[in-house]
Amino acid sequence: MSLIVEHQFDDYEQQQQATTLGMWGFLATEVLFFGGMFLGYTVYRLLYHAPFGEASRHLDVVLGAVNTGVLLCSSLTMALGVHEAQEGNRRMVMLFLAITAALGMIFLGIKFFEYYQKFEEHLIPGPHFMWNGADARHASLFFIFYFVMTGMHALHMVIGIGLMAILVFLTWRGKFSSVYFAPIELGGLYWHFVDIVWVFLFPLLYLVERSR
Amino acid sequence: MTETIVPKKIYFRVWGTLLILLAVTVGVAYIHLGWFNPAAAVGIAGIKALIIILYFMHVRYSPKVLWVFVSAGFVWLGMLFLWTLGDYLTRSYLPPPTIWPQ
Repeated sequence: MSLIVEHQFDDYEQQQQATTLGMWGFLATEVLFFGGMFLGYTVYRLLYHAPFGEASRHLDVVLGAVNTGVLLCSSLTMALGVHEAQEGNRRMVMLFLAITAALGMIFLGIKFFEYYQKFEEHLIPGPHFMWNGADARHASLFFIFYFVMTGMHALHMVIGIGLMAILVFLTWRGKFSSVYFAPIELGGLYWHFVDIVWVFLFPLLYLVERSR
Repeated sequence: MTETIVPKKIYFRVWGTLLILLAVTVGVAYIHLGWFNPAAAVGIAGIKALIIILYFMHVRYSPKVLWVFVSAGFVWLGMLFLWTLGDYLTRSYLPPPTIWPQ
């Protein structure tokens, strides 16, 4: 495969580094996008400590922990996929990217089961929100944060699974080689980033108030 | 291409470490440690994120200019937290000045 170096770059290596640099520029905006929600959650958790803690205990730790495990496994298969791309093993790349997407779908399946449970328990904020403890208003606020943050994360997962599908298709069409595989690498960076967001969401939403 | 190819063995080790940290963070959450509970939760999440960034995302093997880009987002995030919590956490320290109109 011939290497195309765009005229603004000295050589192919510099061009490669620029693509990675650009991707991290995008990921920095994503850090701040999710960061704003994490900050809002932190401030309200400090202000309404008791109702937030009580609401947090309504989340299912087992499902949350299993989902974290599923995502960590998907990050491993993603890393192995990029590794195989570097080695130029087309079939193994397709296999690992497909497994990554499948694990992503398992994550979403478990997530939507959790959403369904919350629906059954009347814990969706709105006119049908039902709360037995004190301060229903701020318990409801916790669930607004829960649904918005995990919902935005789930949307990123859906986009990630779409990217995996496109990358498997392009790999199957023979668009990549052991020299040119930048899209697979950048797709990997995106996937790992979404994983990191969950690594923070899980303890902050599910775990912080378990000890009392 | 000159990019470092990381041996698979390292990826499996990183994965194992992440799963152990997941077990630790769940375990610690059920032991009553007061203020240390949220600190441990965020601290362990930070370590997990760092491992993922350095190894799975190849930053450890990347040029220094990439380190600057990677840090940028988190530095700004740090400022966002520092300035905002610096306000919210200290509001009760001093009463409002008496010359303020009631």
